[in-house]
Amino acid sequence: MKHIIVFLEPKDEHSLKRTSYEAITAAKQTGADITGFAVSGTETALQSAAEYGLQKVVLAQHPLLDNYSSTAVAEALSQFASSVQADTIFISANATGKEIAPRISIKLHAGFIPDCNELSNDSAMRPVFAGKAKVHVKSNTPITVYSLRPNVFTAKSNPSAGVSISSFSPNLDESHAKVKVVSILKNEGHLDVSEADIIVSGGRGLKGPEHFTLIENLAATLGAAVGASRAVVDAGWRPHSEQVGQTGKTVSPSLYIACGISGAVQHLAGMSSSKFILAINKDKEAPIFKVADYGIVGDVFEVLPVLNQKLKALLGK
Amino acid sequence: MNILVCISQVPDTTTKVQVASDGISIDRTGVKFILNPYDEFALEEGLQLREKFGGTVTALTVGGETFKEILRTALAMGADKAILIKDEHKNDSYSVAFQISEIAKTMNPDVLMLGRQSIDYDSFAMAPMLAELLGLPSISMVSSLTIDGNLITAERDIEGGKEVLESSLPCVISAQKGLNNPRYPKLPDIMKAKSKPIEEIPSLSTDARISTMAMQLPISKRIGKVSGDSESEISDIVLALHEEAKVI
Ligand SMILES: Cc1cc2nc3c(=O)[nH]c(=O)nc-3n(C[C@H](O)[C@H](O)[C@H](O)COP(=O)(O)OP(=O)(O)OC[C@H]3O[C@@H](n4cnc5c(N)ncnc54)[C@H](O)[C@@H]3O)c2cc1C
Ligand SMILES: Nc1ncnc2c1ncn2[C@@H]1O[C@H](COP(=O)(O)O)[C@@H](O)[C@H]1O
Repeated sequence: MKHIIVFLEPKDEHSLKRTSYEAITAAKQTGADITGFAVSGTETALQSAAEYGLQKVVLAQHPLLDNYSSTAVAEALSQFASSVQADTIFISANATGKEIAPRISIKLHAGFIPDCNELSNDSAMRPVFAGKAKVHVKSNTPITVYSLRPNVFTAKSNPSAGVSISSFSPNLDESHAKVKVVSILKNEGHLDVSEADIIVSGGRGLKGPEHFTLIENLAATLGAAVGASRAVVDAGWRPHSEQVGQTGKTVSPSLYIACGISGAVQHLAGMSSSKFILAINKDKEAPIFKVADYGIVGDVFEVLPVLNQKLKALLGK
Repeated sequence: MNILVCISQVPDTTTKVQVASDGISIDRTGVKFILNPYDEFALEEGLQLREKFGGTVTALTVGGETFKEILRTALAMGADKAILIKDEHKNDSYSVAFQISEIAKTMNPDVLMLGRQSIDYDSFAMAPMLAELLGLPSISMVSSLTIDGNLITAERDIEGGKEVLESSLPCVISAQKGLNNPRYPKLPDIMKAKSKPIEEIPSLSTDARISTMAMQLPISKRIGKVSGDSESEISDIVLALHEEAKVI
């Protein structure tokens, strides 16, 4: 890793997505020359990368990049990487990254190491078999594309003097933009499990959709997202977007609170890489306790209100 | 409509993973292998497109002799044709994508359906790689799909919401849960599938771009402090979250 390009995604007018800051932090740790690459973003949002030590950002500009198209973005980034002879590309393994990273690897004849959770020089560790094993993977090519699992590389403040922003004009035509995002439907007012630092999840132990207020209240206290097991999503108690697990979302928050969830392997597949896990279940034999850091054997209907009240007291709410 | 569905065989999710003596793969003894769950959605979507627009559904897999089992499942569900690219090694995602792309070029499919991820190596890589090798657009992790003439409209989950996308045929699509409800093959169809032909193609060798150096089981680093539900015990947990784990 001599010259790393980090793909940057703006979150809003003022900041980038947390996954972008995570990728910058991960890149900084290698000691390589780093260039941020973005296809959109305000001056303020791009400058915010200075907080994490970035000094250079390149903003690609082309009419075909005005409407997000994964194929056009992949082409633009590949052209830039070739023009500066970068040997390493870091992209978050989020919904955007999962579409562009494999494409870029093909364009650059590069090895692709997806979903890394540890990096070393020219190799990486990644979880496989739903976290039941991990593999040490090495790239055999001069250029390598890494996608980084979200919420694993903690973004660390490490301010640089400022970011110099320059522009890049890729060579694009209509054939590069055959797929376009036409609209985005936001889950208004809800923090998404895949972006949250703390997740409070409920399972069948909650007994009915009306009791999820217990989960929502605790989540509100902690500024957390609400998650769910497949059992309650299939029962129609909660939306599919909240499902954590093998057929739902893979999450690795700092704290995952599992309430009335048994801990089936398919659920563990989505959350066992959380930094800390608190489980609340009335059955002390429930498999969820095997992966938990902290466990409370008890009835969610009794434990959750007390837990919420104690947390409110601690947080001064 | 010419529909190509790429499928993969994976260990059952409940498998207890053990590292094989080579140190880089899983020990296959006693492991039950199944059709990758997301590929059921891909197959079902392919079959529904054929029911709507006519045409053929070809199921294709790159793998060893045992992968014929999933091709039989695909035939039982209703696929017209089954192809095995016989490759016992399946080096890396690139080598699989390359081999599929070479065969796909000879077939000119209108739609290539895949699963969003195979649940063994969880790479999420195949659909965009294959699309790029074929010079086609792709949409990953699709939970809703409509095709009208040449126009494709699809929805996919992103962080904090849903994206609505448009593209045109031919296109590569990877399926997410929610796209459809896969059919169960009926017993007579399972019996009939046993005698249907499977076309075998020898492996088209490529160099692997990435190599696995080692496989390990994660070491459990969990604190594992389980307590009762009294008020004081709950207070202790809250304190531990604050002072020991430092997460709140
Ligand atoms: C191919 C496949 C994919 C799957 N994908 C997923 C997935 O992505 N995500 C997922 O979650 N599941 C998935 N599953 C389903 C999974 O196997 C389990 O069925 C599901 O996770 C169970 O949900 P649960 O823990 O809420 O319910 P249950 O297993 O019914 O557990 C409920 C738990 O609540 C406890 N409980 C009951 N009452 C109380 C109370 N008053 N107080 C405290 N505790 C209480 C019980 O002791 C029990 O442990 C998948 C299954 C398959 C076959
Ligand atoms: N060996 C294979 N043969 C055919 N298709 C495959 C193979 N491996 C993966 N796929 C397809 O690619 C999808 C994504 O797999 P992956 O990128 O490996 O996570 C799967 O759901 C399958 O549709």
